[in-house]
Parts: sequence; structure tokens; C-alpha cells
Amino acid sequence: MSMTQVEPATTLAQLQETKPDKVTIVLLSGDMDKAMAAFIIATGAAAMGMQVTMFFTFWGLNVIRKEGATSSAKDFLRKAFGWLNKGGAKNLPLSRFHFGGLGSIMMKKVMKDNRMPSVPELLETAQDLGVKMIACTTTLGLLGISKDTLIEGIDELAGVSTYLVEAKDGAVNLFI
Amino acid sequence: MIESDTTLDTLGYFCPMPIIMTSKKIKQLSMGQVLEVLSDDEGIKKDMPAWCQTTGHEMVGLEEEEADPKMVYKAYVRKSK
Repeated sequence: MSMTQVEPATTLAQLQETKPDKVTIVLLSGDMDKAMAAFIIATGAAAMGMQVTMFFTFWGLNVIRKEGATSSAKDFLRKAFGWLNKGGAKNLPLSRFHFGGLGSIMMKKVMKDNRMPSVPELLETAQDLGVKMIACTTTLGLLGISKDTLIEGIDELAGVSTYLVEAKDGAVNLFI
Repeated sequence: MIESDTTLDTLGYFCPMPIIMTSKKIKQLSMGQVLEVLSDDEGIKKDMPAWCQTTGHEMVGLEEEEADPKMVYKAYVRKSK
């Protein structure tokens, strides 16, 4: 019986060469500018062959909710959150100079004039490039957001352990 | 003049669009073919070599051309994997 001796050092090095860099991005903010930054980094990294996972929590969940979705919760407080917090990547406020909505309108115009993709378009590009999207179960519950009000294409609903397992190996871990 | 097999026009688009459009376009080329990417985003001078470094494609060269209203950058990438 013949046995082939495999050099362990070589195979490990080969493995490390073919293993793509991991990137995790936690999006806690629901502002248009912050969501844009998150998606630009995610799509840029995916275009460079990196393995990207995005975690949406708190106000970041608004970005992955369907247009105009409100809360399906029965209790008053969470229902109220639903009303104040209409869903949809199209309806995000600016983090500064929002001016009650005027800021977003101005920013969207500037983006369109400069051929900058909007947040819904960046989201679609991210999904096309294979960016994994995970929604945080805890804040889904806190804000009274039910699974059926999330957009298509959310890969998982998970908690902090799932995030930490990914982040542990992440070459780039960002909190936006 | 660097020879190329196909041209991708990303004029008027800002980062990350030129890189994303490049990564999509390069899939349509055969091994060894050279893609010419036109961009007026100055960031491409650093972004394209960085993209090549992580994706394994070869950065063949980069040219700059005076144009109206902005400089046009031409990056040449050879599909290497």
C-alpha cells in the first residue's frame, strides 16, 4: 500500500491564499447618508472579491423594510414606533440638514445629477454581488417589525452570536 | 497607446460604480483579453491597481488624457483568472 505524503505547510498556505477576506458591516443608523456609506463599502468590497455580511439593527432595519411598512405589533408603544418610523430605503432622512424632509429631497437631486445610485439601487447592487444580509432578531422585536414586512432577499434573522462568529474572522468590521 | 479588446465607459460615474462596472464587465472577457476602462473619477488611479491586487487580474497600464470638462483616465486590465 503506498501513501502520498502531503506537506501540511503548503496546503495551509494555499488555503489561506484562496480564502477571501471577510468584511462585516453593522448598520444601526437609519439615515440616508449612513446607509449609502454602508452600501458603498459593501458593494466595493464585494466587487473586490471579498466576502461581505451586513447586519441590520435598530434604525438600520428601516432600510430593509418594505415601502411604507408599519408595525404589526399589538401593543401601543411598538405600534407607535411603527407609525413614526415608516419603512423603506426610499424614505430615509439625512443625518444632518434634514430640515423636515427638504434635506433628503435636495440630496436625492444632487445624487441624481451626479449619477450616484440611490439607496434602493445600491441595495439591489449589493444583493446582486452576493452580499449577505442579516436582520437582528432582538431589534425586530423591540421595534415591532415583523418578518413579512422585510424586503425580499434577507438571508437570515439572527442574533449577536451569529454576528460575532463572522466578525471574529473579519478583516474589516465596521459599525455605522 | 495600449492595445485593448473591449472598452468600458464609466465617464460621469463616481466610486464605487467604475469598480463595480469593471468587475461585472471582466466576466464577459476571455482569459488574456484586455479591458480598457474609461473614467473621469481621479480615484481610479489608486482604486484600479488595488482592485487588481485583490482580484488577481493584471494591471497592464494607466493613461491620462486632457479632456473637456475633466481629465479622462484610461485603465487597462488583463483578465488573468
